[in-house]
Amino acid sequence: MAETVLSIEHVAVHFGGLVAISDMNFHVNKGEIVSLIGPNGAGKTTAFNVMTGFLTPAKGAVNYCGADLKGKKPHEIADLGLIRTFQRTSVFPNDTVYDNVLIGLHRQGELKGKLGLAEAILGLPRARASEKAQRARAAELVRWIGLEARANDLAGSLSYGEQRLVGVALALAAQPKMLLLDEPVSGMNASETHTFVQLIRNIRDRGVTILLVEHDMPMVMSVSDRIVVLNYGRIIAEGPPDEIRKNPAVIEAYLGQGAKDVVKEVAVHA
Amino acid sequence: MKQIVTLLCLAFFASVPMWLTDPYLLNALITTGIFIIGAMSLNLLLGFTGQLSLGHIAFFGIGAYVSALTSLGFDVPIYGDFHIVHVPWPPIAGFLLAIVISGFCGYLVGRLSFSVRGAYFVIVTISFAEVVRLVALNWVELTQGPLALTNIPSITIGLPGLGYLVLKTKFHNYYLVLAVAAISYFLISRLVHSHYGRAMRGLMENETLAVAVGIDVTKTLTLAAVISAGIAGAAGSLYAHYIRIIDPDVFAFISTVTMVIMVVSGGKGSLAGPVVGGVIFGLLPVFLRPIMPPEAQWITYGVVLIVILFVMPRGIVPSLAAKLGLARAGGTRRASVAVSERTAEEHA
Repeated sequence: MAETVLSIEHVAVHFGGLVAISDMNFHVNKGEIVSLIGPNGAGKTTAFNVMTGFLTPAKGAVNYCGADLKGKKPHEIADLGLIRTFQRTSVFPNDTVYDNVLIGLHRQGELKGKLGLAEAILGLPRARASEKAQRARAAELVRWIGLEARANDLAGSLSYGEQRLVGVALALAAQPKMLLLDEPVSGMNASETHTFVQLIRNIRDRGVTILLVEHDMPMVMSVSDRIVVLNYGRIIAEGPPDEIRKNPAVIEAYLGQGAKDVVKEVAVHA
Repeated sequence: MKQIVTLLCLAFFASVPMWLTDPYLLNALITTGIFIIGAMSLNLLLGFTGQLSLGHIAFFGIGAYVSALTSLGFDVPIYGDFHIVHVPWPPIAGFLLAIVISGFCGYLVGRLSFSVRGAYFVIVTISFAEVVRLVALNWVELTQGPLALTNIPSITIGLPGLGYLVLKTKFHNYYLVLAVAAISYFLISRLVHSHYGRAMRGLMENETLAVAVGIDVTKTLTLAAVISAGIAGAAGSLYAHYIRIIDPDVFAFISTVTMVIMVVSGGKGSLAGPVVGGVIFGLLPVFLRPIMPPEAQWITYGVVLIVILFVMPRGIVPSLAAKLGLARAGGTRRASVAVSERTAEEHA
């Protein structure tokens, strides 16, 4: 049996009287690419916010690598190697692409011991070496993500698609064991999306487990090992892409009650 | 390139007392220099973390009082016959204590108030300064209240093999202030160029994202507050030992405003900004005084400020850097182009 990296157990989130997530259960295994899909307002981003400590669930628990994340602050969760990207504000807009990645390398920059600050200010050897290593790593990441030509441009001046890439580079800089991607290909054209799928697979091959929220169905179907479908705050289906594609509950959630028959007919005629 | 300019400026400032002998102008330069140190410390908070401290003078004043009391000594009744007696220490010990205690106050204010941001942080800092002022005014046994602490000794430094040097003259004090300013500038520069500085910038630009890559908000902001307050305390100590008399007016709100003006006009978030803004707005009143009546001086002061911010909204140093095509200027221009293109696409 594969090792479980992240497990969501009976999580519920309420905003006042509104139930955003009613009872969510699923898990992600090490090295998997899992997609969380569902119509708008299904609770996908809310689920991300719970997993990364931005929201406290009313009920239930999130376990990551055997540790309960309850009560942990977002930056502490990031310290455990669970890193997320954001749907909209995915970059530091007034910094260059290169500096964005450098900021993302924050965790790597922290020197062990209490004198880290004094070392950094006085430019002692250990701090200098660390700074040099960070700069080399940032350059390498910028090259790896394919934005070398844009390295010295302000991140805010890039196209949406490129900003997404910067967001991923930033997240990778934080040394994730698991990466949560919130709509990573929104704003990308077909060829950019295609390249991005390759990128996600590359990241997984480096040993990073991936959970993503996405609306682009062809992309989700091609990249995912497993798909979890959310509607009205509950999970309505879970399985490999081929099963999900045929699942009547999923079709109903996306297209409405009447669509089921149409889809069946199409299937018969096909 | 940038370092050469910095060193040339430092050399120029160091040469000033050689050719400027007018004691009145030298005095103005010394007090301006002290306020520039305060403005630099404020810039660390305002320009690099985006937090506006409108009570910054509190740290300056605390530094001044701590340093003065350490070197004057005191005898304060606490309860009944119980007194706290402190015998005078050398002023240099007061200077160091001023940094430590102001820094500690920065830590307390930071810890208490960084859970609130924006306007709330501004209000907490204003209140803090007001409370400290009232304590200085009313705890007469310790601070002499409105009667002021007088006869504060000048700073004395021991030179190995040469005995002691009492920094009493303006000439000496000028170099003392310049040295402290240069060290503060260096410290702030190193800090903002380290990964601590990048964490601060990240928080200022996009806090949610910064947190998501593992940056600890409270720790980073508190660190900035401690260092900022410590440097302001050092400036306060220099002030106390130079002027040699301090009263609760040292906590006047207008002094914080002066520092904010120095930072904003010079360019917040730029290392040289507070120095440029400080020289202009520190010395402007000195040059206006002989040529116009007091009311006109303040009007001119305001007009100059408005014109600067109107022509150079980001402050003098960043705007000039952009004009000269230095550093990030190109990127900013491209950014605005890209944004307008994007808007055009959306409209199409």
